[in-house]
This record gives sequence, C-alpha cells and structure tokens, in this order.
Amino acid sequence: MVSKTKSEEQKLRGSGDNSKLSVSEILKMYEDMLLIRRFEERAGQLYGMGLIGGFCHLYIGQEAVVVGIQSAQKPEDSVITAYRDHGHMLACGMEPGGVMAELTGRIGGLSKGKGGSMHMFSREKKFYGGHGIVGAQIPIGAGLGFAHKYLKDGGVNIAYMGDGASNQGQVYEAFNMAALWKLPVVFVIENNQYGMGTSVARHAAGELYKRGAGYDIPGERIDGMDVLAVRKAAMDALEHARSGKGPVLLEMMTYRYRGHSMSDPAKYRTKEELDHVREERDPIERLKGQLLRDYGVKETDLAPIEERVKEECLRAVEFSKESPEPDPSELWTDVLVEA
Amino acid sequence: MAIDILMPALSPTMTEGKIARWLVKEGDAIKSGKVLCEIETDKATMEVEAVDEGTLLKIVVPEGAEGVAVNSVIAALGAKGEVYEQTSRRADEQTRKSTDAVANAPVIDPGCIPGMSPANQTQQISSARLLVCSSADEEKFYSGGTKTMTVREALREAMSEEMRRDPTVFLMGEEVAEYNGAYKVSQGMLDEFGPERVIDTPITEMGFAGLGVGAAFGGLKPIVEFMTMNFSMQAIDHIVNSAAKTLYMSGGQMGCPIVFRGPNGAAARVGAQHSQCFASWYAHIPGLYVLAPWNAADAKGLMKAAIRNPNPVVFLENEIMYGQSFEVPVHDDFVLPIGRAKIERAGKDVTIVAYAIMVGKALQAAEELWKLGIDAEVINLRSIRPLDVETIAASVRKTNRLVSVEESWPFAGIGSEMAALMMEHCFDDLDAPIARVCHKDVPLPYAANLEKLALPQIEDIVAAARGVCNR
Repeated sequence: MVSKTKSEEQKLRGSGDNSKLSVSEILKMYEDMLLIRRFEERAGQLYGMGLIGGFCHLYIGQEAVVVGIQSAQKPEDSVITAYRDHGHMLACGMEPGGVMAELTGRIGGLSKGKGGSMHMFSREKKFYGGHGIVGAQIPIGAGLGFAHKYLKDGGVNIAYMGDGASNQGQVYEAFNMAALWKLPVVFVIENNQYGMGTSVARHAAGELYKRGAGYDIPGERIDGMDVLAVRKAAMDALEHARSGKGPVLLEMMTYRYRGHSMSDPAKYRTKEELDHVREERDPIERLKGQLLRDYGVKETDLAPIEERVKEECLRAVEFSKESPEPDPSELWTDVLVEA
Repeated sequence: MAIDILMPALSPTMTEGKIARWLVKEGDAIKSGKVLCEIETDKATMEVEAVDEGTLLKIVVPEGAEGVAVNSVIAALGAKGEVYEQTSRRADEQTRKSTDAVANAPVIDPGCIPGMSPANQTQQISSARLLVCSSADEEKFYSGGTKTMTVREALREAMSEEMRRDPTVFLMGEEVAEYNGAYKVSQGMLDEFGPERVIDTPITEMGFAGLGVGAAFGGLKPIVEFMTMNFSMQAIDHIVNSAAKTLYMSGGQMGCPIVFRGPNGAAARVGAQHSQCFASWYAHIPGLYVLAPWNAADAKGLMKAAIRNPNPVVFLENEIMYGQSFEVPVHDDFVLPIGRAKIERAGKDVTIVAYAIMVGKALQAAEELWKLGIDAEVINLRSIRPLDVETIAASVRKTNRLVSVEESWPFAGIGSEMAALMMEHCFDDLDAPIARVCHKDVPLPYAANLEKLALPQIEDIVAAARGVCNR
C-alpha cells in the first residue's frame, strides 16, 4: 500500500548523468553503504546483548540517501540530521569506533558517552548532530546555512528530516526564512514511509516534495534506493543552493528495514512489503548489480571490500567494549564553556 | 460647553510624552479623524486624531512641551465663537496629574546608587544617613565618570559596542531593523550595521530561535530578540533542548554562544498572556545563564557580558524600566561580571533580595522601613543563574532575616530556591522563616485594581519585612 509500485518507481528520477564517475568512486560508495549496513547490524546485535541502552534507531535500508548526498558534497558543506544518525556520521568520515563507543556509553565515544545514539557531533567534519527532537534540526540547519552565507565560506547546509518531521510547524518556519533570505540549504526528506508506526498515507496530506512550493522552494522526488540517482540530484541541488538561488527540497523515497527503534516490532506493515523492498530495491544489491553488469567489476573485486568492512566493524565493536565508562568526574564537565 | 482634548497614552506603559508639533491652530474647524498633533515618547512618534467635532478653542499645551502627563488637558474644542475658559476643575486636574507623575517616579537614595540620575535625585528621602555599598570591583568603572541614559539606550549601546568589536555578532528578531524595534531598543542599529547584521524576522519565534542556535553552532554570535519573553514559550524547545544541552551532549565539542533577550514580566494592563516572569523557568536549566538587569548600568554591563559569554544567555529585560534613566559609567570597557549580586543599600536588620524592576520597589520599601526603624539591606541579584549565594548568605548571616521579592509566581519560584539555599547555607543564622513576596498565584488580571493586587507592591514588601522582624 505504501511502498511505491513498479511503475511509480520508474517515474522517480533515474540514475541520471553519472558518466564522469570513475569505477573507483562508485566502489567507494559501495563500501560506504556496506559499512553503514554492517555497522548497524552490529549495533543491533550489541543492543540485544544489553551493551547499548535507550533509544537506538537503525539506518538499515536507507544507506543510499546519505552516501549519495555525501559523495556530492564539498568539504565546506555542513550536515545536520535527527536521531537516526549513525549512517550520517559514518558517511561524513567519523570513526566507526567512536560512534560505536558512544552507543555503548564509553569515554571513547564521540561525545565521551554523554550524548548517546541520538546526540553525536563533529565540528571537524562539519557534522552538527544528532538531534532528538523531531523537526528541531531544520531551523538549526537553516541557521547553519545562515552562517555559511554570513561568513561567505561557500558552504551549503544539508538538513535531513524524516517524513514524520516534515509535518512539524517549525519546518515551515525554517522553509520560509530560508527561501526569503536565499540561504544555502538543501532540505532532504528521507521518506522511509513511516513516521514511527504511522504510514505516510495516514500522516501526511499531499506530496512531500511539493511542501516547499508555497515558498518557491524547488522540490523533487528521487529514488532514494538508487545511490547514483541520489548523487546526481544532490549535485544539482547543492549547485543551486551554492550559487545563491536559495534552498532546495529533495524527497528521497526510501525504506527502513528495521523498526522505528529497537523496541518497535513493526507490526504496522506486512512481511511481504518488507521482503518486496529487500528483494527488488535494496540499494546495496542494486549498486552491486550495476557494478557487475555495467562497470566490469567482478565478485572477486568486491570480496576484499566486504572483508575490510567486516574487519572495521569488528574493530569498532571491540573498541566500544574495551573503552572504559566515563570517569564519575565527567558528570560535571561540559555543562558550560569556561568564559 | 467645551470638550477637553486629553494627552493620550500611546502604549500601556506610557506615563508622559512630548507634544512635537501642532498641525491645527486655534479657531480651526475640526472634524473627527483630523490629525491634531504629533506626540513623541522615547519609543515612537504618533499622530493624535480628533474624536469629537467642533472648533479648536484653545491649545493648552504648546508645541515642544515635554513631560506632558497622560490624561492632562492639551487642548479644547467648542462651538464656533465660544470663548475658552480654563475652569478651576481643569487647573486642579493639571496640578494633580503632574504631582502623580512625580510621585510615581522611583524613590531611591542616590547616595547608595551610582546609577541614579540627577532627575531622580530630586526625590531623595530626608534621611541623611550615609549608606555603604559593596561592588568594589565596579568602582574603577564609576570613578571614570558617568553619563545619564535610559535602560533602553544602555541596551542599545551595549549591543552596538559589541557589534563594532566583533563582526560575528548580529541582531535578529521581529521589527528590530526597519521598524527600529517594537520598543525602540534597536533604534538606529539598522542604519549603522546594515541589513546583514540587523535582521527583521517573520513572526515565527520557534523558527528564528532555532535558526539563531544553528548560526551560533556555525560560528556566529546571535542576539535573538523576542518582542516579549512571553513569546519565547513558542521557542522554548530550542532554548532548552538545542541551545542549553548541546555542549554537554557533544562532550564539550559544540557550545552555543547566543543571547535570547526581550522584555519579561508584567508591563501594564496587557493581560495574562503578555505578563509573565520567566526567571524561574529558565533558571531551572543547567547550561543556561539567566540575567535580569534592574537599572541602566546593569543593563549595559550585563548585556556586554552576555554577548561576550561563550554560552547561551537568557537576558530578561523589563518594558517599564526601558524609559527610566540612571547613571552609567562612561568607561569604554564597562562589563559587569556574571554571577555577582550587588548590595544596593546596606542595612543590618533584614535582607531583601530582588531582581529587575523589583529592585526599585525593594529600595522604596527599604526607605519606608527606615522610617519605621527597620534598617533593610537590599540586594540586586542581577544574575539569577548562576546565583550569587555567597553575597546573599553573607548578608543573611549579618541580618538573620530574609525577604525574597520577585514578579514570578510563588510555586517553585526564585523565592522558593532562595529559601532552600539559605537553609543549606545559613540555617543556624536565621532568626525567622524566610518570607516570599511574589506575584499572587493567579494569571495576571486586566482590571487596574486587580492587576495592582496581583503584582508585588511596596507595601507588600514592607509588610513582609515587618513580619520577619516582628515589628
């Protein structure tokens, strides 16, 4: 009911012109997606073992969105997202060990164990979180865009939200200001078909990519399971925003394989629906097929990548277990910057 | 029969204004809706239109007159050919109004307060007692000379100086730029700094507060003005969850240097939704600073400190105080320390702590108490979070009695915190239970008499202090 039919999928924008991409660049995207997939599988495993607590929102199934967009970014661009953020952190190059150790609440975590799954940041990589309040990251993203413009640093902010967040009032307050002031921001709706347990058809009126139309924000719906299509759309959107023409809205049609969080059994959808997406639209399998079919890559070329990713995830898991818990004195640090 | 034209109030807090220009002259035929004159307050210039019709018999208050009290007779209309006579009733009324206006001015002993303007010094109390103030670390600023300015001007000067000093500081909010500020705090700033740094926002508090937080994360130092702090409730998630907590959640990586400012607490006759003190709300949050200036020196010194601080600061101003004048040091780097209270009036019998507009009321109450033989020490908190517990506790150790005055409600208010802190810090020094003078535990009513009953008044403070002193 919710996932798109075959003919609708074909209407989504296709892979577009990625002819300038080298095989090694595409292999890199493959590896980045695979890293997120394997990392998240391990995180799910650690959660089951009781090593990760609280909320934990996995990104499995949506990898093409963040990897495709990241591949189109420039170093000066900044990123902000909500709480389903592990994939975004890995995509922007944050250490898997640091991410995993944050999930386990250890001092080696990227927030010293004080943020957790939903709250990680890297000023160095221009990753501004990691925000737990649905929709709040969008005005903040507009503000990061404001800072890019004010400082004239040439950067664009990429502000991600889910389909659920796209209904929040503050999103539209941000759209209005971003369009009014021509802020360099690319708003990305990761439409994974469900706002927690409520399907898009039940929570959102109209088409999400048109939600900026009233503000003259160009919007486009993209097949978010096709990393090359995502990349192409992101290149265009980033160029538009960077050239001073104001924000762009991209709706990425994607799907999350796991529940909303670890405690969600996802009984609001059928097994058939999930199986259909996994078999027909899986972003990693899809790119693998393209590599083997169109780019002369052999299975034996992919094996070392898979091995490397597996090793990296295992190292992250080891680090996240071995890193000690934060010292009790950490309770009192980082409340305020010492003036 | 002549019809009086009265000096109108152009805002809920206006008590007097200037007649800038008469646009009609005596003998003119007046139709309702005709613009009679232009009135200036320190906030705005407005046109006064005729309501009644007739011939303008007399212009009672001439062009250029300043300090014209609201509701005093400024002109009179009548039938053509009628002769204007100033009745004794009108004359009496004029006198009474102007007396009221003076009586409403704060009565504070300037001997204690470096910030008091000469204008207010005419209202000195008879007591010739020498008062001793603390604030030693501020003396260096005051010794360099002072100048008289309103709280509004002090805030504007602080923001402008900091914007000149640091190009990453900018001001955004509703009507801050082209309108020159809803309360004229940012008057002229657009002209000086241009539209890139003085930015009018749409009326979307949650959106622009969040945008400000993002700009702060991105390396800027935003000053976000809420037209009043009441509207900050629309944005409170960004103040609490986005601005205050991110440093901690990021393990110290990402601070948020931002100032959220605007008038807080009751103005005058604007009803429940526009009259609320948020001091205890924001003071509850670790990761925030909460400042509440009383006079112009506080406003300037604390605003500069707030802008320079690398943390999120909630800066609680007061609409009624905007137009009041005080002395402010001319020192070009006058910055007050955050977290330090100021003993505005030294005394030995009872300590009265207050913040913002209530400091003036507490000082007036102290003078009433002096006449009753009670020597009160008045502490201006200035900073709500962090609170200067040391200064308060030291005072209580001396006086053994404490009255806390605030414009917030009593439940979980600043007075409640004060009581808990004093029990922790100087339980054995207390000779009486701590008394709280607060906003009554009701939404603020509109009716003038009820509004007065709901808000802390000088007599409430006097009564509370007498109570703890058993006198």
